[in-house]
Amino acid sequence: MILRRRRRAAIASKLWWGASLLALFAVIAVLLSIFWFVAARGFPALRPAILTTVTAGTSGGLLNAIAGTFLLVISGMVMVAIVGLGTAVWMVEFASSRPRALVRFAIDVLFGVPSIVVGYSLYVALVEGLGWGFSLVAGALALAIIMLPYVVRNADLALSAVPRDLREAAIALGARQATAAVSVALPWAVPGILTGFLIATGIAVGETAPLIYTAGWSNFLPSFAPTHSPVGYLTYVVWTFISLPFTASHELAYAAAVLLMLIIFVTNLASRTFVEYYAQKTHRR
Amino acid sequence: MTSIERGRRSGVSPEDPLVKGLARAWGLQRPWAQLIFKLGTGTTAVLSALVVVLICVFLTVFAWPAIRFNGWNILTGTIWNIGNQYGSGSITHNGYSAEPGAQFGGLVFIFGTLATATVAMIAAVPLAFLVSVALVYRVPARIRPLANALVELMAGVPSVVYGLWGMVVLVPWIGTKLAPAATAHLGFLPIFHGDAGSGNGLLAASTIIALMVIPIMVATIRDVINAQATSVYEASMALGSTSWQAVTRAVLPSVRNGMIAAIMVAFGRALGETMAVLMVCGAAINTYPQNIFQSVNTLAAVIVSQLESALTDSSGMAQRSLAELAVVLFAITVVLNMLARGILRGADRSQEAQ
Repeated sequence: MILRRRRRAAIASKLWWGASLLALFAVIAVLLSIFWFVAARGFPALRPAILTTVTAGTSGGLLNAIAGTFLLVISGMVMVAIVGLGTAVWMVEFASSRPRALVRFAIDVLFGVPSIVVGYSLYVALVEGLGWGFSLVAGALALAIIMLPYVVRNADLALSAVPRDLREAAIALGARQATAAVSVALPWAVPGILTGFLIATGIAVGETAPLIYTAGWSNFLPSFAPTHSPVGYLTYVVWTFISLPFTASHELAYAAAVLLMLIIFVTNLASRTFVEYYAQKTHRR
Repeated sequence: MTSIERGRRSGVSPEDPLVKGLARAWGLQRPWAQLIFKLGTGTTAVLSALVVVLICVFLTVFAWPAIRFNGWNILTGTIWNIGNQYGSGSITHNGYSAEPGAQFGGLVFIFGTLATATVAMIAAVPLAFLVSVALVYRVPARIRPLANALVELMAGVPSVVYGLWGMVVLVPWIGTKLAPAATAHLGFLPIFHGDAGSGNGLLAASTIIALMVIPIMVATIRDVINAQATSVYEASMALGSTSWQAVTRAVLPSVRNGMIAAIMVAFGRALGETMAVLMVCGAAINTYPQNIFQSVNTLAAVIVSQLESALTDSSGMAQRSLAELAVVLFAITVVLNMLARGILRGADRSQEAQ
């Protein structure tokens, strides 16, 4: 009786492990098939001219979109670097527990806010409300808001993990709070902070919904004007051009998709390498 | 006293990186610099906390005429119609007016949002758990970093790329193979009964959402298992259970909180996903799907797909009603977040009680 139950449990165990391995292979297979799909259609479409010319209506190149994506993401990063890092430093170094919990809660809620809601609220407030029109600042601000929770949470975790004795050593040497934060805590926390930034960058590069009604779309190279000048970006091309009935526009969509994947892949790889290198160098003691 | 003098007294070498770092930042020691630093970072923190409040305020203020005009219809109405733009006169309700025949019912989109997310989660949660335990306990240590990197890379694929794949590969397959076969042979089941549709619809949207949230959940569940459940797994095995019994009876209960957190984050993502869903959902207006293959629409997708049309509404009420839908979506995600916190706090308390 007990033996039979044991045997049955052993068989069930084998079956369930089989199912879990099958699930793993299935998920990886779908992922690889998506990669293959994008690569097989994207690389042939990726002619040199696409990288050097701007979009002409429904065909042409992607230079405007590539430049726009980089410009929007970099501008967003500058905004979030100041605000996000400042927030995390204040939370860990200066805040008492109540205000800290409040800010942490607001950041948690922001994590859950869908990106289209962010985009539409900025459309309402800036594009229409202040009359900026589709513009670089509105788009960059939308991306900064999307990136903010990732940056703050990772910096918060990294700064909170700074060893106590390190801080105490700095205080013992006469450092005041801000000095200790800047000279001891921040350098120690760089790998964690950077991880947050790079995750956020990957997400910002791939975002579409918050940009549609803030950055708009432009066939021309970005003008660097902060307002009243729409900016093109890669994800827009994938979304719009695949629905047009022309082969040339489909090729642009696939080329944009493969470029997006490449940018994200390189960011991912670079961040891992750098973070590991830096962590090994500074955290040895 | 300078830092160097202090350092000498306490026996710290001036070559120590700590001392060097301090010396470099010593300009900050001035009291006014300390104050400015504290005020500056405090200001950024206030800004960060205000972002979420401002999003809500902007949308609510802009949507206010629509909130008054629509009343409860935004939550209970089925018909979305911006009204006759070429007719004369207008209709007025609660002091706000729109074009004749206009009504803005959001129930179709609320239903679609909950339906796509729920179907996706029904598939994604068990799959994510199976994938996580396979990753932790069955993938050989040598290739584990590769498998982990693949999962993380999958979480980074932009939603438009998922949407592109869905449009070109998944939707035609559902439309020409799966849906006709399922409706023909399994039509007795309500979810497969009726018209097969084009492939754009509930199933396509849910499949894409599931693919997008699985890696997010796997990353969390895997980390929680690694952090909290290795010892209970070993202990359970030592007590004579099979390895799968160790997973269901020892690992699963001890990672319950992590699972709940992962599910809530994923559910929030599923409710708010816009582009991938927009590209495969069929953008239904004024109709509910009669089976799992037919067109749907979600709150997030409709804000993108209907804005062009809403901008043609000369009364502006359609645009304001879209903002009201955004408020509804915002409210759903915030309530979900609160719920998750409540559940986790309750779980913590019951664990302490034990």
